[in-house]
Amino acid sequence: MSNSHDSSDIKNHIKVYLYVFGALAILTVLTVAASYLKLSDGEAILLALIIASVKGSLVAGYFMHLISERAMIVWILMLTSGFFFVLMLIPMLSYIDQARLG
Amino acid sequence: MNIPYTVEERPDTGLYNAKLGVWLFLASEVMLFGGLFSAYIFLRFGAPAGAFHEWGQELNVPLATFNTMILITSSVTMVMSWASLKLNDFKKFKLYMGVTLLCALVFLFIKYLEYTAKFDHHIYPSTNTFYAIYFTLTGLHGLHIIGGMAVLFYLWLPGNKMWNSDPEQFTNRIEIVGLYWHFVDLVWIFLFPILYLL
Repeated sequence: MSNSHDSSDIKNHIKVYLYVFGALAILTVLTVAASYLKLSDGEAILLALIIASVKGSLVAGYFMHLISERAMIVWILMLTSGFFFVLMLIPMLSYIDQARLG
Repeated sequence: MNIPYTVEERPDTGLYNAKLGVWLFLASEVMLFGGLFSAYIFLRFGAPAGAFHEWGQELNVPLATFNTMILITSSVTMVMSWASLKLNDFKKFKLYMGVTLLCALVFLFIKYLEYTAKFDHHIYPSTNTFYAIYFTLTGLHGLHIIGGMAVLFYLWLPGNKMWNSDPEQFTNRIEIVGLYWHFVDLVWIFLFPILYLL
């Protein structure tokens, strides 16, 4: 985020922070409510992760100012996301391989 | 000699150095927690079908939900403390930073209650693979809270003298400790459903 902010900019940011806070609180309640739905394991995991991802995006985008951050930071995070994805893929591949072998 | 680019942006990165440093540190933190999330997937798939969900029934969902709200609140007060400095309102900065620290203390106290309840029921990391990863993930997250609190406390009281000598650099310090704090909140946003609800 650029260092040059005037006070009206910041006051607008504060309004956004409060809206995001409200959205995060509502999504937290939704996460808990969704866990009481009669869903299969896979559906429950998918729904919980979707809600968590929306919440995470709000925190990263607005509180961490990623929405207006420099390209350098975005590139670093894209690279990190790629490695993180590989890290998650390793146990999944192992599981698929085990299932294939029976 | 002054450390360069503590306030002004470097021409090549467009960022002041500390901010780039903290983002790189956070990237390494993603991989640290990523390794443990990976272990969680491994252990969940390796356990008998439905066992992770059943073992997790001992956890206190209302307390963890309350703790999630507390951590979200601390994230808002953290960013408000930075915004207060941008508006040259030092008193509000102190207030918001104090509330952030209070939220962190409440979070840790609730975690302490949860842990002691588990120990009272003879539930330990060695009980099963779910509790092994539960204590590892929440313990590491708790350590991050404690580390963050130490820095927040320093900037809240002894370190706030910098506001008088170099307000812009002080504001940047609050921004980057805020980045760390929001990251800790972000990790909890994922830990809460995978450990308590699924």
